[in-house]
Amino acid sequence: MSSDIILKVDNVGKQYRLGLVGTGTISHDLNRWWNKTIGKEDPYLKIGETNDRSEKGNSDYVWAIKDINFEVKRGEVLGIIGKNGAGKSTLLKILSRVTGPSTGEIKTRGRIASLLEVGTGFHPEMTGRENIYLNGAILGMTKAEISSKIDEIIDFSGCIRYVDTPVKRYSSGMKVRLAFAVAAHLEPDILVIDEVLAVGDAEFQKKAIGKMQDISKGEGRTVLFVSHNMAAVKSLCTRAIVLENGTTVFEGDTEEAVDFYLSKGKVLNAIALSSRTDRTGNGKIRLTDINFLNKQNKSVNQVISGEYVKVNLTFEKNNLDIDFERFFIGINFKDDQEQIVLSYLSDEMGSNLSDFSNKNEITLEIPNLFIRSGIYDLRVQTGIGTNRESHLDTIENAATLQVLPGKLWSDGIINRPGNFAILPGEFKL
Amino acid sequence: MKTAEEHWLYVISSKRKLIDFNFKEIWQYRDLLFLFVKRDIVTLYKQTVLGPLWYLIQPLFTALIFTLIFNNLADIPTGEGVPNFLFNLAGITSWNYFKECLIGTSDTFKKNENIFGKVYFPRVIMPMSVVVSNLLKFGIQLIVFVAFYIYFIYFTNKASAAFPQLSLIILPLLIFLMALLGLGFGMIISSMTTKYRDLTFLIQFGVQLLMYGSAVVYPMSYFKDKLPNYYWLIEWNPIAIIIESFRTMSFGSGTLEVNKLIYTVITSCLIFLIGLVIFNKTEKSFIDTI
Repeated sequence: MSSDIILKVDNVGKQYRLGLVGTGTISHDLNRWWNKTIGKEDPYLKIGETNDRSEKGNSDYVWAIKDINFEVKRGEVLGIIGKNGAGKSTLLKILSRVTGPSTGEIKTRGRIASLLEVGTGFHPEMTGRENIYLNGAILGMTKAEISSKIDEIIDFSGCIRYVDTPVKRYSSGMKVRLAFAVAAHLEPDILVIDEVLAVGDAEFQKKAIGKMQDISKGEGRTVLFVSHNMAAVKSLCTRAIVLENGTTVFEGDTEEAVDFYLSKGKVLNAIALSSRTDRTGNGKIRLTDINFLNKQNKSVNQVISGEYVKVNLTFEKNNLDIDFERFFIGINFKDDQEQIVLSYLSDEMGSNLSDFSNKNEITLEIPNLFIRSGIYDLRVQTGIGTNRESHLDTIENAATLQVLPGKLWSDGIINRPGNFAILPGEFKL
Repeated sequence: MKTAEEHWLYVISSKRKLIDFNFKEIWQYRDLLFLFVKRDIVTLYKQTVLGPLWYLIQPLFTALIFTLIFNNLADIPTGEGVPNFLFNLAGITSWNYFKECLIGTSDTFKKNENIFGKVYFPRVIMPMSVVVSNLLKFGIQLIVFVAFYIYFIYFTNKASAAFPQLSLIILPLLIFLMALLGLGFGMIISSMTTKYRDLTFLIQFGVQLLMYGSAVVYPMSYFKDKLPNYYWLIEWNPIAIIIESFRTMSFGSGTLEVNKLIYTVITSCLIFLIGLVIFNKTEKSFIDTI
């Protein structure tokens, strides 16, 4: 049983010191030494002491990750998800031995190679072919391994015409393709992948995801996969852990982990809209409240797919120097993969909102919300002019609306989550 | 199930041993070493007209200038029957190798911060590749020296007293010692520059000063005659001993003391080992301090 475990992470933590008070350069050290010699106290210790007395006294040290424990079985594809700053990259850096842990240990039965960032070590003066060898070797391949795969790599990159041209003449897209091609042909026992899917054009991304699937499914490789793309995590991973503030908060089934992570993301909504600061725009007006109302003007949080809903937006005006004739408002509905599935944009709808100058509320009335069941986040943006030349206020995830399955079709089968829209239609024979 | 006798390929631990080398791993990455060497050589003179000819121009012109300044102007004797130019070329050729190794390895961490911050491979591969690629450079310069050497000895009568010594067979040892010293010092300095950037500036002129303390432009015996009170400064300088030995072996004039050579071997090995230990210690956490 236990020999199935290829990677064991045991109580791993990484501590960083903030500010590096008192150490850092030789001049500081010399200064300290001099003060000691003439009988004064350490000048840098004082800084430390005042810090100690303040409220955040012991926050001189931070734990980027702490008490991380997990095991990975051979052939498993483990997703690691978490918000920015949750400690994913730190964990990967420790796993790929770029930096050492402060506590704990990691035991492994196989070679770990990482795709932390592709294209590391490319030399601009060398040709594509030479760089394939160099990059491959940096990633841990032997020359013989690379030679046996070079045609495949060049083919995959789609840069065959340029392969004997110095890389400095490449477009940035070509560089990324070449780099990914090398990395994708690595054959370590454990592969660590971080956000590489965000490279290249659509066609290449598709190719890249396909290759990832081959690696993780077809070839039975153990993969640690870090991504913000929940769709990719769901389709690739067999298990996932969720990191938050440096600790594991969830471990288990991918679907559940993704749901857990997404519900965590909604914590933002606990803060009143009016006090949210994560917004952009000049702030002449600010969105302060959103309410969903049903036909009876009652406030709701859930709507059944295909039914009536009214989105009521309340604003505060801080500066009336606004050209209300050209006022623009847009509301986007985003699904749990951050994809916009539905937009109401006042300019393309031809809405006349010039009277907003003496009102504080705007209502969007949706007679039939034909979107599939699921949880949707609303982005609300306001501006001036169709080209948005003046940007007033934009707030992501301003509100969350849960859409429940509805009985849309005549025979009453509820719609499943997963697709964008539901539009009236009928199959005929 | 007891995990004590489980076999793990390797363990990444927060606890660090003082001496923790994985030679097997370095061996696995040998291809990388050669690819780095190839990269250094191929790309150094890309888009230059003279290309590798620069390898020859550097020492030749330096030797010429040194002859003009130190021998013709300052009248430093280079020994009876040894041409000044050849004397200087010998000094510069050997000094250059040490210098290039030292300078090339002394900013390993800073220069490669980008790669080191993303991918793991045994970091020591990097300085090692510098030493190896410099060896090739040194080889070319040595050939130039040999060409002039043969010309002066067999085709002119300026080098009446100079002839190759039997002791030349230990030349590879001298080269090896220079590499060890350059690599050792370079690793120490590169490890310390992750924290103290000041050292980068120190190394710039420190190396220049060191050259004057390393018997490159004068024979050790001349220094002893002129400045006996300061002789201790260079007497036990391992680099001075190496350079002096190299000339002694080539020209037959000068001193080749076995006890000093043994001392040099021991010092070089020590410095290399100290460098390796410090380097190893630094490589695990430097990315947090650089």
